Amino acid sequence: MYIIIVGCGKVGAATARELVATGHEVLVIDHDIDRIRDISEELGDIGLFGDGAEVHFQSQAGMERADMVVAATGRDETNLAVVQVAKHRYKVPMAIARVNDPRNEEIFRVLGVDAPVSATQAILAHIEQELPSHPLIHLLEFHASDFELVEVVVPKDAPAVGKTVSELDLPPQSMLPLIMQPDGRPEMPGGETVIQGGAVILAVTLPEHENALRRAFTGAE
Amino acid sequence: MRFVIMGCGRLGRTVATTLDSEGHEVSIIDFHEAAFQLLPESFGGRTVLGNGVDKQIQAEAGTPEADVFMALANGDNRNAMAAQVAKHLHGVDRVVARIFDTERAEVYRELGLEAVNPTSIVSDLVRQAAFGS
Repeated sequence: MYIIIVGCGKVGAATARELVATGHEVLVIDHDIDRIRDISEELGDIGLFGDGAEVHFQSQAGMERADMVVAATGRDETNLAVVQVAKHRYKVPMAIARVNDPRNEEIFRVLGVDAPVSATQAILAHIEQELPSHPLIHLLEFHASDFELVEVVVPKDAPAVGKTVSELDLPPQSMLPLIMQPDGRPEMPGGETVIQGGAVILAVTLPEHENALRRAFTGAE
Repeated sequence: MRFVIMGCGRLGRTVATTLDSEGHEVSIIDFHEAAFQLLPESFGGRTVLGNGVDKQIQAEAGTPEADVFMALANGDNRNAMAAQVAKHLHGVDRVVARIFDTERAEVYRELGLEAVNPTSIVSDLVRQAAFGS
């Protein structure tokens, strides 16, 4: 794949390093000449000096043949502009953008960023995981779909413990692809699988059914 | 009419003052308190301190009820983002953004913004001035 990364700070440079190592064709754009020199010395001639939000530099970078653009700067306004020019002018099929302020995630989604990536949200998700008051954890939102992958930890004293999957009152449009049993063993559940306290359930569901799903496994409102 | 303006620099200030004197309802957002001190004493509109790109600050400035939102700060990317927050998250029909980059102004026009491009306008004026016509 041809992947263009805008922003060669820690995030952009690390992304470039990984992608080059896995054999992708990569170009990194930054308006800091020192960063471009450093990345080119390290990874070969993959840097372009310029403003990655400008049509001129996207054209020079060959955006029209890019499979993916990654907007990785520390400024959300820049990242949004990069994605909008790439998608609207050059029809790039996939746009990933770093969201620095989580309040901006909504506008990124509305304006067609395929994958807004927020470090703050990732940190919050990990905190969620450690708090007993949050028995449902968001793991992934599927691209071009309303479905999401969530994780539910079954409390030891939950009403679901000892029941089989088919006995549970699961909400519609919800699937259980995987259960991590308390002994650490993964299992693809069937209707006869018995729910154990301490098990971690991976479920695919819709946001509107999250509460019903959580209730089914934890009994908590 | 009701206007919300982001950016209380030379341009934002001038537009806000003019609209206010014409009897329109004006709110102006800037993240520097000092910027408001340059407004004339006669200015009767509202000043809102904060980041004009932020949905919440736009709401405090009355953007959901505005007829027009204008993004007149210095950065093209900031202006484009603020204008699109007003349009898509607050439902403002008419949004104006100052975009210095001529090519990007074209992109944003296609995306439904009233992108005003000072570079092309002023270059025409400069040319006219040079040729004396």
